[in-house]
Amino acid sequence: MDKTIASLREAVSGIEDGMTVMIGGFGGSGAPIELIHALIDRFVQTGHPTNLTVVNNNAGNGHVGLAGLIEQGMVSKLICSFPRSADPRVFTDLYLAGKIELELVPQGTLAERIRAGGAGIPAFYTPTGYGTDLAKGKPVEEFEGRPYIRERWLKADFALVKAHLGDTFGNLTFNKAARNFNPLMCMAAQTTIAQVSCIVRPGDIDPETVVSPGIFVQGLVEVAEPVQEETLNRANAVYPGVVQ
Amino acid sequence: MNKLNPTQIAWRAAQDIADGAYVNLGIGLPELVARFQPPGRQAIFHTENGILGFGEAPAAGQEDWDLINAGKKAVTLNPGTAFFHHADSFAMVRGGHLDVAILGAYEVAENGDLANWSTGPKGVPAVGGAMDLVHGAKRVAVITDHITKDGNAKLVKRCTLPLTGVQCVTRIYTSLALIDIEDAHFVLREKLSSISLDELQALTGAELHVVGAVADLIVPDV
Repeated sequence: MDKTIASLREAVSGIEDGMTVMIGGFGGSGAPIELIHALIDRFVQTGHPTNLTVVNNNAGNGHVGLAGLIEQGMVSKLICSFPRSADPRVFTDLYLAGKIELELVPQGTLAERIRAGGAGIPAFYTPTGYGTDLAKGKPVEEFEGRPYIRERWLKADFALVKAHLGDTFGNLTFNKAARNFNPLMCMAAQTTIAQVSCIVRPGDIDPETVVSPGIFVQGLVEVAEPVQEETLNRANAVYPGVVQ
Repeated sequence: MNKLNPTQIAWRAAQDIADGAYVNLGIGLPELVARFQPPGRQAIFHTENGILGFGEAPAAGQEDWDLINAGKKAVTLNPGTAFFHHADSFAMVRGGHLDVAILGAYEVAENGDLANWSTGPKGVPAVGGAMDLVHGAKRVAVITDHITKDGNAKLVKRCTLPLTGVQCVTRIYTSLALIDIEDAHFVLREKLSSISLDELQALTGAELHVVGAVADLIVPDV
């Protein structure tokens, strides 16, 4: 078994119009920038995929990565907790123009919905959001005298994640706080593609340090020196080059 | 009017954090609290994106962009740090494992309701982790100016802005006073000696109750 994929282009080739795609990261940390840019490249060349529902904590920053994907018009709906950033103009303009749908989810609920999706749990109760606008329409039940609201799982067709090491079985480690949503999204997607800094042989990762077991990962592509969104934004980068 | 500056409010809040406490500080003003841990006490700071035990900001040019806090600012690590994914991070939050969460506020009501995530239907709504934090930490404290920039009360009878959580706040550190919420009442614990109770009441949107002595709110120039 070898889950290695030879190129970024091939790694994102299965994503089709209308799919739900989970994209890992918290801001730029743990964001699979190269995979996202490969998806943008495919769209620029072929006009597909489009009409995507994207699940991410944020809504992109500047004009690269997720913001670049949104700026291309490839995303029709975003499910996130915090669609603000240092430079949120790409999402903000489309949202205020009514051209992109937003499902706002409290951050811990977002994480748990994704975890539940990966764990085969269709719904769960949480105290988060009770009595607020974000609880409207959701069933309420009391447990031990406290009210909780019911939230549903989140699943996806694809997850694009960023990890540090990956062996050819798909076992992954992460770098510091770049872990964030990535291991949860690995579980919740039909197909998870991980970009990793280095692909190693089975056995090269100490089993005690594996964070995402390979059963949750279907494909790996090596990006030896991944760029950081923050670095691109500090250079005022735009992907792919000048847009419009 | 004499009042505490934001750094001084943060200083006062820091004095109530016990040695060994696990603490989450909201983005912005609450982050200042970490600077003022009293000597001999060590709190462990939690950030939603998966770090327990982070430290101060690195020097410019030394940032590691995989090592950030919930405000997306670069941080450093203290000895004894742990990393974890987002589901574990919010298990710490909702599961009652954090000792204190300190948040900012637009409005706090006398029954403990908090509004701090939305100023109304205009613009792009964003909630982040605030709704989770208010229902998880053992103690939810707010640090805030006592009144808005326009001079309106932030401590109110009932919140008018969209709620973050219901009956969740237990203590409020303001630029003028320290107020606990007990049995759906504001209970005044400390106030600046330069302001009278009547003056403070006039700047507060619900009745201030006095139970026992009101201490002077004394904060150094920080």
